[in-house]
Amino acid sequence: MYLYNLTLQKATGVVCAINGNFAGGKLQEIAVARGKVLELIRPDDSGKIQILLSVEVFGAIRSLAAFRLTGSQKDYLVVGSDSGRIVILEYNKEKNIFDKIHQETFGKSGCRRIVPGQYLAVDPKGRAVMIGACEKQKLVYVLNRDTAARLTISSPLEAHKSHTVTYSICGVDCGFDNPIFAAIELDYSEADQDPTGQVASEAQKHLTFYELDLGLNHVSRKWSEPVDNGANMLVTVPGGDDGPSGVLVCAENFVIYKNQGHPDVRAVIPRRTDLPAERGVLIVSAATHRQRSMFFFLLQTEYGDIFKVTLEHSGGEVSELKIKYFDTLPVTSSLCVLKTGFLLAASEFGNHALYQFQAIGEEADVEASSATLMETDEGFQPVFFQPRGLKNLMRIDQMESLMPIMDMKVENLFEEETPQIFMLCGRGPRSSMRILRPGLAISEMAVSQLPGVPSAVWTVKKNVNDEFDAYIVVSFANATLVLSIGETVEEVSDSGFLDTTPSLAVSLIGDDSLMQVYPSGIRHIREDGRVNEWRTPGKRTIVKVGCNRLQVVIALSGGELIYFEVDLTGQLMEVEKHEMSGDVACLDIAPVPEGRQRSRFLAVGSYDNTIRILSLDPDDCMQVLSVQSVSAAPESLLFLEVNASVGGVDGADHPASLFLNAGLSSGVLFRTVVDMISGQLSDSRSRFLGLRAPKLFSVVVRGRQAMLCLSSRPWLGYIHQGHFLLTPLSYEALEYAASFSSDQCAEGVVAVAGDALRVFTIERLGETFNETAIPLRYTPRKFVFHKRKILVIIESDQGAFSAEEREAAKKEFFESAGMDENGHSSADQMENGDDEDKNDPLSDEQYGYPKAESEKWVSCIRVLDPKTASTTCLLELQDNEAAFSVCTVNFRDKEYGTLLAVGTAKGLQFWPRRNLVAGYIHIYRFVEDGKSLELLHKTQVEGVPLALCQFQGRLLAGIGPILRLYDLGKKRLLRKCENKLFPNTIVSIHTYRDRIYVGDIQESFHYCKYRRDENQLYIFADDCVPRWLTASHHIDFDTMAGGDKFGNIYFVRLPQDVSDEIEEDPTGGKIKWEQGKLNGAPNKVEEIMQFHVGDAVTCLQKASLIPGGGDSVIYGTVMGSLGAMLPFTSRDDVDFFSHLEMHLRQEHPPLCGRDHMAFRSAYFPVKDVIDGDLCEQFPTLPMDMQRKIADELDRTPAEILKKLEEIRNKIV
Amino acid sequence: MQASDRFNINSQLEHLQAKYVGTGHADLSRFEWAVNIQRDSYASYIGHHPMLAYFAIAENESIGRERYNFMQKMLLPCGLPPEREDS
Repeated sequence: MYLYNLTLQKATGVVCAINGNFAGGKLQEIAVARGKVLELIRPDDSGKIQILLSVEVFGAIRSLAAFRLTGSQKDYLVVGSDSGRIVILEYNKEKNIFDKIHQETFGKSGCRRIVPGQYLAVDPKGRAVMIGACEKQKLVYVLNRDTAARLTISSPLEAHKSHTVTYSICGVDCGFDNPIFAAIELDYSEADQDPTGQVASEAQKHLTFYELDLGLNHVSRKWSEPVDNGANMLVTVPGGDDGPSGVLVCAENFVIYKNQGHPDVRAVIPRRTDLPAERGVLIVSAATHRQRSMFFFLLQTEYGDIFKVTLEHSGGEVSELKIKYFDTLPVTSSLCVLKTGFLLAASEFGNHALYQFQAIGEEADVEASSATLMETDEGFQPVFFQPRGLKNLMRIDQMESLMPIMDMKVENLFEEETPQIFMLCGRGPRSSMRILRPGLAISEMAVSQLPGVPSAVWTVKKNVNDEFDAYIVVSFANATLVLSIGETVEEVSDSGFLDTTPSLAVSLIGDDSLMQVYPSGIRHIREDGRVNEWRTPGKRTIVKVGCNRLQVVIALSGGELIYFEVDLTGQLMEVEKHEMSGDVACLDIAPVPEGRQRSRFLAVGSYDNTIRILSLDPDDCMQVLSVQSVSAAPESLLFLEVNASVGGVDGADHPASLFLNAGLSSGVLFRTVVDMISGQLSDSRSRFLGLRAPKLFSVVVRGRQAMLCLSSRPWLGYIHQGHFLLTPLSYEALEYAASFSSDQCAEGVVAVAGDALRVFTIERLGETFNETAIPLRYTPRKFVFHKRKILVIIESDQGAFSAEEREAAKKEFFESAGMDENGHSSADQMENGDDEDKNDPLSDEQYGYPKAESEKWVSCIRVLDPKTASTTCLLELQDNEAAFSVCTVNFRDKEYGTLLAVGTAKGLQFWPRRNLVAGYIHIYRFVEDGKSLELLHKTQVEGVPLALCQFQGRLLAGIGPILRLYDLGKKRLLRKCENKLFPNTIVSIHTYRDRIYVGDIQESFHYCKYRRDENQLYIFADDCVPRWLTASHHIDFDTMAGGDKFGNIYFVRLPQDVSDEIEEDPTGGKIKWEQGKLNGAPNKVEEIMQFHVGDAVTCLQKASLIPGGGDSVIYGTVMGSLGAMLPFTSRDDVDFFSHLEMHLRQEHPPLCGRDHMAFRSAYFPVKDVIDGDLCEQFPTLPMDMQRKIADELDRTPAEILKKLEEIRNKIV
Repeated sequence: MQASDRFNINSQLEHLQAKYVGTGHADLSRFEWAVNIQRDSYASYIGHHPMLAYFAIAENESIGRERYNFMQKMLLPCGLPPEREDS
């Protein structure tokens, strides 16, 4: 078996982000590392985040830095990754790619202890870059220009110090003196030798300055001084003319200003009043804002509070350091302040947000200062504050993030055409249940009822130069309704259109006149109101129309085609007639090419399952140029120009090719390339869209022609970053559509369905899924379906207060704040809070839950009806219990029907070692038609029941290393059978027939069997590789799929002969007594597939995302990405794709310097998986490279693109 | 000949031990080995962001705090070293 791995949704979490002028010019961009994806984003003028470029780099990006050579207008991007190389990238605006300027190897690949890549620091003047490892190694590269003004990089200079752990590095701004880098270091060499612990307790962190002597080309330790032992991060302080230079050392509870030859200036970080005393306050992210006259820092703590840090300085002397409370945002991994007044907060977990500055914290607020720092016997006096509503920032946009995906199931719960993906995302107060559907999100602008059931709709402009449409014309069975578009949309009767007849087509003709085609004629309405009518001869009626701005072709009943053209005076003149052999099913004329008089091609579809291309040139007018036979009668035709490859921001570089699209009566969309000169058809592809024949309409998406296909659901075909994508829209079935442009809505679609007129816009192009989110209370752990309509979710959080306690605390706070007499600021807070959000002045999503002691747990069981997104029952567990596993179970005695089993632990602690007060298995009964739960009983067990599963009318539970079978009793569960021979902790149980597949937390899968006659559980096979399981799924009788903590997916299979032997057991029970060697099982499973995803996989499922498609394995990861693995069905495809992958590996090595093969084999060699993510980079290659690879594969580039498109369409 | 060979291998080994932290030797104690493994593990957790996030979810801490905790544990990953027997 071979699998094709394809990422369906790229990682949505952010590792780090950095802002800079990467494209040059005034605009600022943000480079975002999302694990193995490097992205460039930019907020547009209205504050919407636009993704400019997204590249899969096949390596782990750990750090980013931007630098600029002096005098240059453009920033370069330095990437620290797991490749053992330093990579410098430049954004190429014209081609919309990252150009790799330099790639210097310095060590082994992989995230290792002493191989640099973890930290990056640049000299503020862009003269040098330091790349550091967690321990020992630091390398400095000198950056310069050569005579042709190209960037040069030196060989590395070492700044190593062995036995030293590095916490953070940064550049020190010292103007144009020799570049200096600062580092927080801790020497452990002596602590390792001292058994008394004396040295270890005295171990001291140091702040060390490394100076790069540009003259001697040498790095030396210039200065080293002890620093607070809680130090964790460094921030550069502007120097030279702008500031005092030096660094800010962020430490637990303190921020300290340090510089060589300058006394420390220290201030405490204010604490939240409700923070337990045992907890410190740690800064986790920082941003610097610099203006000509001033600068300040924004530091965010681990609880999400942002502080503005300012320095009072004169002449290089810092006299005071002030830390003022600024605002509270969800905890970020990176903060980026843009010059345009935006703040990008890249959240650690959950959605990212873009904020706009409303103020820069000039107003009075809680402030800690070095001047008022008080030292008492117990240490420094803390400063307290209470978070309040946003004052200085305003959220204007957000980027969805699924990180972390905790659990996922694919199921067609809503009985739609495609299954939905249900997933649990997020953490703590920001967690949610998200329902993903393949397709683009739309936003509905208006829905209005019409007096009848309309059959068609068009929009027309009055003049070719108009920006917006003037009329919406709706046709009914016996009338036409004209609506004028203005401030409001209202019916008009002075438009000149004939309203007593249905219409067949309405369009702008020539420069400024309108045309209405109705069954018995054509009405041509000139700009001055004159009307020309053309009537059909005899009793024949017009059945089909095709038109563009200058040409009209009508088909009369019986199959006669009449061709009209607009002449120079604006008159519609009949040019040619042509008799077809039978009735015409559909017509289309290609749009008039820029600067031409007419389009050359007319496509005619007939009921004899053929499509003909006819010429419209005067020389060979109405000659058949080519004929294509199709599998079913075509019902709709559309010509669409497609720029097939990448280049420019949307792929404008390459010559367009003209596609003829045909919607067939069988529901298939048929696409074929039309030769621009000869009209020959070639390279056809077809795709099933739905149960109805697709109707095709041309719409405008981001200023380019796109295609709307209306089948049993709507689809949009458009170009995104060089790929032509055909994606379903998440909207109901539509009858007829037209593009729509007005003052309020620049690029919309107007459509009819039923008796309603709908106006909508299409959002977030390029995404595969759209999501609906239902908020949850605590970190969700697992969920199950009940009766295919109800979800039961378990949520639990460590170190948090229960809902009642939080409610009480909040009330108390608001009461005290209200009564506080000198509390000017607190009164303010109330007002502010009330103004902004009346219901919840301090929403937990924004501020997080208050921290409790770490041994405190809160947890709840939720019954959710996904259709109405309503929680029908929510049980908060009491007494410090937390739920960890859930399953539905039907016990053999059918007294209660389906029951719910929930495994919980009471008082669970991980440190200093794992222990707990007790574990329980709760049994609940569904009441009120499954909407609510009622506790039947709970059974105490000796460990945490991390896995539960139904098995032959009983309940299997994995409790630590014990697998136990329970039956239902009146007061508790009854032990029936157990096996204690599992190595560590059971985390998953799957069953099939009498086999039980048990996943151990660090020892992969164990295959067990239950002997009913002897009431025994025994392990007959296990894996020989230690695997730290995080996800598992049952594939077939002999096969299991698993995901491990290190980011691998693997399949194991029991060899066929062993499987047969186990099932038949010819030895008469001997197999059961068979012993393996070294405590293992007698048989071993074989690994049949192995792949490194590069991201911890948390959920796996076998499912099909398209109707009638084959199954693939869908996986979700911690970083919020979704991928699929599709089994190949033919050997030819395997050959083709493995060769394509091989060529791409050679010709197109990954951007950040990690070898592709080595990355996919990071922990175990990749086996039988072809990486579709790499193959899909083929269209981004330059044309000559594409041709070269295609030649080697004996194909054309277009064929390769078609193959890639085909296989993608098999998955989603 | 024999003697100089041995000398060579030893010196090569010393060179490796100096260059690559954690290269073992014949007299490596159980404690030293474990310390080394632990430090490697922590460095790997810090380097792999998804792993850090995974721990952060388990402990309900922020990723930044988790990274700091792991860095702190690099000092004495296995507790205090055992008393030397020979002294």
